[in-house]
Order: sequence, then C-alpha cells, then structure tokens
Amino acid sequence: MLITGISGGLGKLLARRLHRTECVHGIDTRPFKGKPKDVVVHNVDFRKKKVADLFRAGDIKAVFHLGAVFSPGLSAAESHEYNLTGTNRLLELCDRYNVPVVVILSSATTYGALPANHQYLTEDMPLLGGLRFPQIRALVEMDMLAQTFFWKHPHIRTIILRPSHIVGPTVRNALTYYMNLRRLPYLLGFNPQIQLVHEEDATQALELAYRHPDAKGVFNIAGAGALPVSTILDIIGHPTVPLLQPFAGMAMDALFKLGMTKIMAPEADYVKYVCMVDDSRARDILGYRPRYSLRDTIRDALYSI
Amino acid sequence: MIPEVLRPFKNAFRKWVEEPVDRRYKERILAIPTQLNEYGYDPFGFDPEYTKWVVLVTAWLYKYYFRVELNNHSAIPQGRALLISNHSGQIPIDGLMIANGLFLEPDPPRAVRSMIERWVPTLPFVSTFMTRCGQVLGTPENARRLLLNEEALLVFPEGTRGINKTWYQRYRLETFGIGFMRLALEAETPIVPIAVVGAEEQLPTLVNFKPLAKFLGMPAFPITPFFPWLGPAGFIPLPTKYHIHFGEPMYFTGDPNDEDIVIERKVREVRTQVQTMINHGLKTRKGIFV
Repeated sequence: MLITGISGGLGKLLARRLHRTECVHGIDTRPFKGKPKDVVVHNVDFRKKKVADLFRAGDIKAVFHLGAVFSPGLSAAESHEYNLTGTNRLLELCDRYNVPVVVILSSATTYGALPANHQYLTEDMPLLGGLRFPQIRALVEMDMLAQTFFWKHPHIRTIILRPSHIVGPTVRNALTYYMNLRRLPYLLGFNPQIQLVHEEDATQALELAYRHPDAKGVFNIAGAGALPVSTILDIIGHPTVPLLQPFAGMAMDALFKLGMTKIMAPEADYVKYVCMVDDSRARDILGYRPRYSLRDTIRDALYSI
Repeated sequence: MIPEVLRPFKNAFRKWVEEPVDRRYKERILAIPTQLNEYGYDPFGFDPEYTKWVVLVTAWLYKYYFRVELNNHSAIPQGRALLISNHSGQIPIDGLMIANGLFLEPDPPRAVRSMIERWVPTLPFVSTFMTRCGQVLGTPENARRLLLNEEALLVFPEGTRGINKTWYQRYRLETFGIGFMRLALEAETPIVPIAVVGAEEQLPTLVNFKPLAKFLGMPAFPITPFFPWLGPAGFIPLPTKYHIHFGEPMYFTGDPNDEDIVIERKVREVRTQVQTMINHGLKTRKGIFV
C-alpha cells in the first residue's frame, strides 16, 4: 500500500503500525527517520510523473493520502497548487490503476470555528473554515475534491477522515507547538471547549478505515471528550499570558511576519469559538473507540518538542 | 480564566465563602441529573461547581427581592421536558427566576437550559459565563441533542416580541414561534406550560422607541418611569412579587415535518393553556408587590 506524506508524524505512526502485515511504500520529499527496514520510501514530490510508475509497477491495495500539507511557510498559491493539483493527480492515478481503497486525511478544522456553530458538528455540515481563515481554503477544497471523487467513482471505496486537533509526541502542528510554549498566551474572556485526539487514536482510525470491508464516505473523529481551554492550560501548568482580543490579532500578525511564532492569527479562532465534531458515525460503523483519556492525551503532547 | 495577578485574591475569596456555600448547595449540585466528564463539565460546557457561585447571588434575588413563589413545580416530569413560558419585563429575569426556582425547590433539582442568541458567543466573558451556567447556543441541532440527553429546555416562543411589551399589552400573549413544537414532536418530549405573573410590572414600559433602538443597535428602547432619565440605573427592576405557575405536561404526537398549519394548531393549544394560566394567576394574586 501507498502512504503519501509518510515522513510526517501520522505517516510514521501508520507505517510502523502496518509494516509487519502489509507491504508499505511511502512518498515524501522529507527523509523518514527511524524507518523500519521493510518500508520503501520514494523521495519524490507526489506531483511528479514518477509517481505514476509506482502505480504501474505494483498492485496497490490501498492509498493513504496524508500528504496534504498545511504549512505556514507556503504562500497561498503554492499551498493551493501543492495540495489541489497534487491530490487531483493522485486521485486520477488511483482511478486509472483501480486502487480498491483510498483513505484521505482531512481535518475537522475545515468546518471552521464560527460563533454560530452547533456544539457537535455532523458530517453533513458545510465546510466553512475558509470564511475567516483564507489559508485553510486549500484544505477545504481538497476535502471537497475528495468528496467529488467519492461520488464519481462508486466502485472505489473512498473514506475521508476529519479528525479534531491531533496531538501527541510524534505529530507536529500548530496546537502541539502552542501547548509546548514556555509561556502560554490566551485570549482573555474566551474559553470554548475543544476536542483533542491522541495521535495513536488517529492512527487507529486510519487503520480501521482500511480494514473495514465496506465502510465508505466521510467520518468525523473525536477523542475521548471535550475540555475548556482553561482546563487544558491548567493541566499543562505553564505560566499563562492573557491577551486582549482586538490587540491579540494585530500582535499575532506582527509576530508571524517576523517569524517569531508559527501560529497564524486566524488560527486563534479555534481557541475562541467552538469547532467540535460528533463522531458517532465512526463509532457505529468503523468501531472506533479512543483508547487514550484526555489527561493522557495532554500529557503525551507535552513531550513533543 | 483569571489572570495570574488576581489569583491570590480569588483563592482567598473562595476559602472564605466556599464553606457556607457548599453546606447549602453541595448536595443539590451533586443531585442534578447531568452527564459530567472526569473534569466536571457536561458536553455543552456546563459546570455545576461554577454555577453554585452564581446561584449565591441569584438566590438572594429569588428569596428576598422578587420573593418568588412556585406553584405546582412537581408537574415537571423527570427526564426530557420542554418548558414553554410567557416572556416579559424588558430584561430576562423571568428566565433566571424559573431556572433558580427549579434548582432550589424540587427534589431532585433540575438544571434548566435555555437558548442564547447567535451573537452572544462573540462577546468575551459573557459567552463563557453563559456556557458555564448551562446556557446553550440556540441552534435546532443543539436543542435536539439536549432533549435527547434528557435535559429540561426552557423556551420563550414569544421571543423579543414578548419581552419588550408595553404596559398596555401586559399579560396578553404575543404570537408564538412554532419551532418549539417541531422540536417537541421530533424528540418526543412533553411540553410543560409555564405562566410567569409579576414580571410585567418590574419595568413598566410606556412606549418602545423602535427607530432609536435600531439606530443605537439596541434590541429595544423602552421609555419607562426610570429609563432613560436615570441612565443605565433605569434598568434596575422594581421588586415585584413573582408567581410562577407550572401546568400539567402536555403530550403531542405527529410528524415534525408537517405543514405549518397543522403545527400551528398544536401550538395554539399550548398558547391557550399559558394564557389561561396567566389569567388565573392574575385573578388569584393579591397585589403587584405583595
């Protein structure tokens, strides 16, 4: 099977989980540190033509697309090109070479953190993440591309996973970066509940999606429960710095441009308004059960940097 | 969340006040039927421990300022219930008093959830405060989830039409929105009609200046004997005596997706019942402040 983005946090975890029972090939421009011996990594950009050779050569049982990159370093145009044209090409190859299972990793952040959100969003809610957060539009559009692929090719079992914020010792994203800061800034007066998914539970969901004989469509993935931001910060225990809302936006923009922070200003919306998902579909159909409690999830996230 | 600078004051205050508060309310808080996670929060962010501090203030208002009397509060069934009440008094003290009453008097106590407007989550502090006290954003999906979790949901079908009534319209029900009936049918929930008598006179409004309200971005601009002459102090309500009457639960069956006209017929039954209860309440009370 083929994993794009194999050198990323989740890619590594998935490869380690599957390599004993499956033949795992990966695509990533980054090296895979600590790669198990029987995993083959192709150091190529997944937009390149060489990828077609991989499809042609073997009989791929499944493709896991974890390679949608959401990096603050890329410009909007680059991010768009990389994620959309790349994903498009990958899906075309899956169709041409009759890959039976395609699992695409999206994110619950695509629903957007909006003040008028339902407390628990179900899979049929529209993806409004791009409304206030232009940089996430590429991810939203990739999700929609995946949905179109799902409808157009009913003979391929396509699964789109939308997990809430994934944290853990291996993954690296805006939230793990934030949780490991020595001084934690927070917006004064805003304290929504957020869901955290342990990286091993997210990997479990990816594996369940593959192993299930006929599940398909979109699945939200939530973790063990929901906690207010203040409780999470209390558990982390680092000193906190309150920020006043109107100034926080400007301050974050400035710091981001100076390269002093990796978090973009609109991402603060996710600790301002609720963006939580209902994962009953994953629980009922895939049999997903989070194994890590909230406390363990937070504790594990703290050793990531 | 409080800035660290203020934390020692917060801790000192807690130590001083917590013991008597706990003595009075701890048992009640533990007896509220909610689903709390390991940290003490329910799926919507409600924190009964936090709410006990709020109850400290509102209980005083309940017992000594408005001297609320509940009638037939045992009519509320256990498990899910949709509480439908008239709305009045310019500021939503009626909702506050219903919620307080149902926490202080019945056994076991109920934590009543009500719906907040879409713009409230954009306000710092207020949004968090409301959530911790159990108030939930007013979306149909949230309402359905609450009822399926066997919670009691308080709804005012008159909406702002009700609360901004003038003196001349007092105790005459405005039109009811019909959304609550669809919700009750879908979630198979009994409806408990409630009549609040005493809230209308707390801020007697002669006229509601709508154009000025729109201009200032306020929901309403009431002219009362105290507002706008006394400025914001004009919104302090008079200590009227509240009588809250609970009616027997009403059960409705049917298709929640029926046409408006069918749903309206059912809503009319509830509206008539609430109006009857209001009229009865008015006849049996001795005076506005007594």
